[in-house]
Order: sequence, then structure tokens, then C-alpha cells
Amino acid sequence: MELLLAVVIGSLYATGLYMLLRRSVVKLIIGLGLLSNGSNLLIFTMGRLVRGRPPIVPEGESSVPPPFADPLPQALILTAIVISFGVLAFALVLIHRAYQKVGTDDLDDLKTTDT
Amino acid sequence: MDVLLAVLSGFLLAPLAPWLDRRLGKRWGWMWALVPLGLFLFFLRFVPALARGEAFTRRVPWIPRLDIHLSFHLDGLSVLFALLISGIGALIFLYAARYLEGHPHRGRFFLLLLGFMASMLGLVLAENALALFVFWELTSLSSYLLIGFEHERESARSAALQALLVTGAGGLALLTGWILLGQIGGGFEITQWRSQREQLIVHPHARWALALILLGAFTKSAQFPVHFWLPNAMEAPTPVSAYLHSATMVKAGVYLLARLQPIFGTMDLWGATIVPVGAVTFSLGALLAVRQSEAKRLLAYSTVSALGLLTLLLGIGTPTAVTAAMVFLLAHALYKAALFLIAGILDHETGVREPERLAGLRRAMPITTVAAVLAAASLAGLPPSLGFLSKELFYEALRAAPRWPLLLLGNAVLAGMALVAVAGLMGVRPFFGRERSELQFLHEAPRPLWLGPLLLGLSGTIAGLWPAGVERTLLNPAITATLGQPAHIHLAAWHGLNPTLLLSALTIAGGVGVYTGRGIVRALAVPRVLARFTPSAGYAALLNGIFTLARFQTRVLQSGHLRYYLLTIIAWTVGIVGYPLLRRADGIALRRSAPEHMMDIGLALLIPLAALAAVRFTSRLAAIAALGVVGYAIALLYMIFGAPDLALTQFMVESLTVILFVLVFYRLPRFATLSGRWARARDVVVSALAGGVVSALVLSVLEMSPPNVISEYFVHKSVPEAHGRNVVNVILVDFRALDTLGEITVLALAGLGVYALMRLRVEE
Repeated sequence: MELLLAVVIGSLYATGLYMLLRRSVVKLIIGLGLLSNGSNLLIFTMGRLVRGRPPIVPEGESSVPPPFADPLPQALILTAIVISFGVLAFALVLIHRAYQKVGTDDLDDLKTTDT
Repeated sequence: MDVLLAVLSGFLLAPLAPWLDRRLGKRWGWMWALVPLGLFLFFLRFVPALARGEAFTRRVPWIPRLDIHLSFHLDGLSVLFALLISGIGALIFLYAARYLEGHPHRGRFFLLLLGFMASMLGLVLAENALALFVFWELTSLSSYLLIGFEHERESARSAALQALLVTGAGGLALLTGWILLGQIGGGFEITQWRSQREQLIVHPHARWALALILLGAFTKSAQFPVHFWLPNAMEAPTPVSAYLHSATMVKAGVYLLARLQPIFGTMDLWGATIVPVGAVTFSLGALLAVRQSEAKRLLAYSTVSALGLLTLLLGIGTPTAVTAAMVFLLAHALYKAALFLIAGILDHETGVREPERLAGLRRAMPITTVAAVLAAASLAGLPPSLGFLSKELFYEALRAAPRWPLLLLGNAVLAGMALVAVAGLMGVRPFFGRERSELQFLHEAPRPLWLGPLLLGLSGTIAGLWPAGVERTLLNPAITATLGQPAHIHLAAWHGLNPTLLLSALTIAGGVGVYTGRGIVRALAVPRVLARFTPSAGYAALLNGIFTLARFQTRVLQSGHLRYYLLTIIAWTVGIVGYPLLRRADGIALRRSAPEHMMDIGLALLIPLAALAAVRFTSRLAAIAALGVVGYAIALLYMIFGAPDLALTQFMVESLTVILFVLVFYRLPRFATLSGRWARARDVVVSALAGGVVSALVLSVLEMSPPNVISEYFVHKSVPEAHGRNVVNVILVDFRALDTLGEITVLALAGLGVYALMRLRVEE
């Protein structure tokens, strides 16, 4: 499964980076979304895959009986998901306003501060 | 008073100078001369003990771990230099106070001059090589500021920069040389190197160390072919030129050679490099001097010539040569400072800088005339000046040189003749002959201006008349320290009728001839090929080359297009991460792998397909839907592999994202294909490579299994300490609660930003 996921992560990076290299700002945002998903999955895979054993302490026990999914990458990813949503939302609105003002979404036309 | 305090006093006083100078008022500027005068008296107290053959060391640990100490060594050589620096310094300060009276930035000038003097004292007294280097660079830095003092002038700024770049580059070479020596010798104290010189000079790296150190000395002391910065440095105010180019800055390289002579003097490389460089500089400087018309440039080239002679003599390194070097060092410091100051007086009083345009000033300026004649006599080597003695001595040393004595002697006679002509231009031409009608109503310079030159000129003559006095007190200890063994010299004004005296007479006679025929020397055209390949043209070309390279690489790296920046970053990352991965490609093998289920495989395959669709779709809505599919599929994977919290959050965020996209996308432009076919192909290749590298990276990381102490800690402490059963939640809200607070803040700010942008009315 890890081998498969490694390829999946690679494909998310490849498509995300390709979209980041576009001149259209809208495509850039989609690239950002793909890239952040890829990164999250990468962190998740690094913590090893354990099927169906979430790190939750059962009633009456003081610790999780192994094997269990690593809680640390999950905590990191949880933060990352939320932050990347913030970034995405802000970037989206910013581009929307910029497009209204400038009338283009070609990055080559957005090089100077003159409108 | 302590040596440490003596060296540092200049640095301590310097920052106060602008304020203090304003408080003193313009009439009281001479008070500044008390600082170097006090230092002069301080160093003078050591002279009797040094004459008895004693030496003093004072050591203050600075960075002991790196063997860097503020250690100072007072022996004949360093105290001779310290006396010249402080003694001539006192006269320069006095002169400068009057010369710059009423100048709005006189306080700043004294700040720089004090800093320079202190750096110079530190340089000659330092015993630790690295401390010496620090002071060396401080002199470069402060002389940069002094040369560029009239910073409104472009020529002053570029001359200052040139001096800084040339001496600074040499300084770096010196540092490298020191470090090499330190690694060979295991320490940075110069006396220690001296005691272990036998092992030091046979080490294979010793040659490199010496070559680098010589590079430093040559640049500082303006040896051919890097002599050009010195004449250009004449952009400095005259007191600065007088100070830097008589006794201090440019003598630092000579000092270094004298200091290292006992260590390296016997190495082949020593004589083989220093002697030719010095000899060429000696005669070239003198010949170029005759071709100058401005007094200061004339003196600058004659300084280059003098530095060449000093270097040459130290390169020969025989006891006679070292003796001649020390006598000439003293003589040159005295007459050159005097002549520079006189050039300043002429400029100050007449406004004319070319000696050829002056005549008959002796009536109006009798005292200046006396000073000029005395100093010029020493420069020309006329008896009974100290200059005459030194000329006798260096002819003798060259005659007895172990290598090329005849060549060196001929070269020296030629240079000597040119210097006699220079002396004539500075000491005779402006003061004698018929007065010029356009130069009427002239009067003698004010006392602070003529006092320095007169005292310096008189000292040169007195020392020449009574050489035994300076010999016992100053020169013998310095020669002993340089040779590393006791020297017994006997200077005398009259050596009897011998070949050396004949050479002296020939030089003077020839010099008078050069002076009379100087028009011919000046008219000599330099071949065009030579004029194009001068060292200063080389400097300009080098500087231009660096600028061109900088512009080129800026143009390439700073294109202003986001995608090219990204492309550079991605390509580099692929290179430096991918290369080592490729080298061990055979080693990647999964030891432990979770078993696959059909559903997992289906989900996992769905993700790349949806991602590819998001890239390929031309409809915006379809692309967003594809992006949503990627997100949901990943959320399902989280669910399967024991991360319900992640799955929940991802579902929520993914839904919100799609809603947001759809809301805004109605007002966004349609997808357009803006890049050309080739650009797209290039991007496909680069991003596919990047994806491959990431995949390989994931696999190679999975291969390792580091102990997971942090997760263990959280899992075990979750219930007992934080009373929570969901470990992920406990980490977020308890163990790493502050991080989460930061995250909430970021999200709140992003929300505020979104709100503000939505409400913003764009003015049309």
C-alpha cells in the first residue's frame, strides 16, 4: 500500500507543481490545492499506515494498546488542512478582487504595480 | 600608562571627536595634536631600555579559544614605527587643525584620523598575527574614509574605493596566509613562529603561506603592478596624504616584510619575488614621478619609488641591506611628510598645484623655503642630510647583493637621478628664480602649517649631521629586531673617497641633468600598446567584468516572472534531492508494508486520475469538481487508516472549498491556455521529475524506522495527564495548545482579510 501511496503523492506533487507553473492565476490556485493535499498525504504516509486503529484510548485503559495509527502526523496534518484552507480562501478572494480591478488573470500582465 | 590603553586611546577618543571639536571651537583645533604627542612621549620612554636590548610584551586574552589575543610586542622595530606614527601624527594633527579650520566636518575628520592612527599603532605593535590582521583591515577601512573625505566629488569616491578594494583584497590574501602559517605552527603569535622557524619554512605549505602574505604586503605598500591606487589616493585632503604616504599606511607592508624577515628571509621565494618587484617599483615610480605636473602626484609616485626601494632592500636581507632599509625608512618618513605638507602649503597659499607654474616664492615664504630645501636635500641625497647617508648605505648594500648586483645598482642609479629631479621640482623650482607677476601679495603660511615641515626638515638634517645619536637610540634596536641578531652599525657622514661616493656624485650630476631635461622625459611618448595594458586599465577591466557578471546573473535569476523563480527552485530541488536518491536507487526496498485491499487500490488510483483531470479539464467547474474528488478520496483514505479526525476535517474543508470556488468562480475568467507548446512540454517534464523525486523520497524515508519517542510520550501521557482519550485532540488542545492558538489566529486573520476584500469597493 505504501508503494502505491508514494506514487499517488508523487502524482499530486507533479500535477500541483505543473499548475503552479501556469500563467493563469486561477490555475495556480488549483495547483495550490493539489500540492497541499499531496503534502498532507506525504506526512500521513511517513507516520506508517495502520488500518482501522485510531489512536483513541479505550475506556478503562490508560494507554492505547498497539498497534495504533501514529497520532503525531495526524495532529500536524489537522493543523495543515485548516491553514491551507485559510490560505486558499484568502488567495481566491484576493485574485477575484484583483481580476475585477485589473481585468486579467495572466501573471505576465501583473508584473508591475501600474494598472 | 599601559600599552593596551595607548593603542586603544585613539579608538576611545575618536567617537567623541565631532562633538568635542565643536565644543573646542575652530581656534582650539591644535589641542588634538596633544593626543599623538602624548603617545609619542609614551613610546619615547621605552627607547633607553630598547637601546639596551630589552623588549616588552603585553598580552590580553581576547578570543583565547581561537588563540587570538590582543598581545603587543615592543621591540626596536615596532617602537621605531610607533614613534614615527605618533610623532609625525602630532605634526599632522596640528597642521590639519589649521588646514581645515572652518571646514564644517573637521570633527569628523579628526574622528577618522584618530581611528586611523590607533589602527596603525595596533598594526605595528601587535604580536598576535590575527590581531595584526584586524588592525591591518582597520587601516584599510579608515583610509578608505579618509581618502573619500571630500565625498561630494566622484573622483574622490572612486579613488577611495579603489584603495579599499586593492588593499582589502591583499588583506584577505594576508589572512589566508596567516591561517596557513597558524595551522603549520599551531598558534598565531609571531615570536612563537620565529622560534620555530626551522620547522616552519621546510613545511610544504610554507611557500603558499609566504606567497599570500607577500601579496598582502605588496598591495598595501603599492608595489608594481598594484601601485596605481597610491597616486589616485591623492584625492585625499593634503594632511591625509602626508600622513598615509610618509610614515603610516603604505609603510605597513614594509613593516610586515621587516617583521617576517627573520622567519622567511632564508627562503628562496623571499629574495626571488621581493627583489625584482621592489627593483621595478623603485625605478618605475621614480621615472613616472618626473612625468607628473601636480605636486601631490609627483610626490605620490616618488613614494611608490621609495616603497620599492625599501621592499628591495628587505628582500636582499643582508645586514647592510637591512641597515640601509631602516636608515632610509626614517629619512623617507621625515622628508616625505615634510614635502607633502609643503605641497599643501603651496596649494593653500597660492592656489597653484603645479610646481612648474610657481617661482620665486622665497621672498614671500622664507620659512617654508628653508623647510622645503632641507627636505628636498634629503630626498636628493645631498650631504649632510640623512638622505645622503641612506643613499650611501643602499648603494653599498646593492653592490654587495648576493644576486644581480650590477643590474640592481644600475637600476638604483637611474631611479636616484629621477628622484634628484623630483627634489629639484619640489625644493628649488617654486622658491627660486624670478617672481611671477601674477603671484603677488603672497605671504608666509601660518605657524601651524610651517611648523611641521620645518621640524621634519631640521630633524633630517640634524640626524645626518649627528648620525650616532639616532643610530644608538632608534636605528640599532630596529635593525637588531629585524635581523633577529645584534647588529653593529656605524653611520658616518664621511666614509672616505670610495666607489659608493662616486656613485652618489654621479647620481646627483645625472639628476641635475634629468631636472634640466625634464621636458624631454615628459615628452617621451608611451607606446600605445603599453598605454592600453596598464595595471590600472586591468583594474578597471576587472571591475567592469564583475559588474557585467553581476548584471548577467541578476537578469537570469531575477526575471520577475513567478514561474521562472518556481522553475529554478523546483529544478534545483530535483537536482540536489534526486541525485543522492539516484545513487542509492538499488537500496530502496520496503521492509514492512500494509496489505492492500481492493477498495484502497481503487481510491488510490482515483486520486491521480482526478488530479490529472483537474489539470486537463478546460471547464472551470469540472476542474473544481475534480479537485473535490481528490480531497474526498484522501479523506476516505484517512478514515481507513485510523484517522477519523482528519477525515472529518477534510470532508468539511473540502466541501467549504468547493462552495467557495463555485461562488467566486462565476466571476473569475475562463481557463485560458497562455503558455506555448514548448513551455508546457518543459513544465510537464520538470514537474513529472519533481513528482518522481518526491515518490522516491517517500519510499526511502519509509525504509528507515526511527524510534518514535514523541508519539509514545503523547500516547502514554494522554489519559493520566490530560484526561483525554482521543490522543490527536489532546495533542492539539493540550500538549500543543499554543500552536493551536496560533493557528486559530492565522485563520481569524485570513477570515478578516477575506471579509475586508469582499467589502472593499474598488475605485474605478
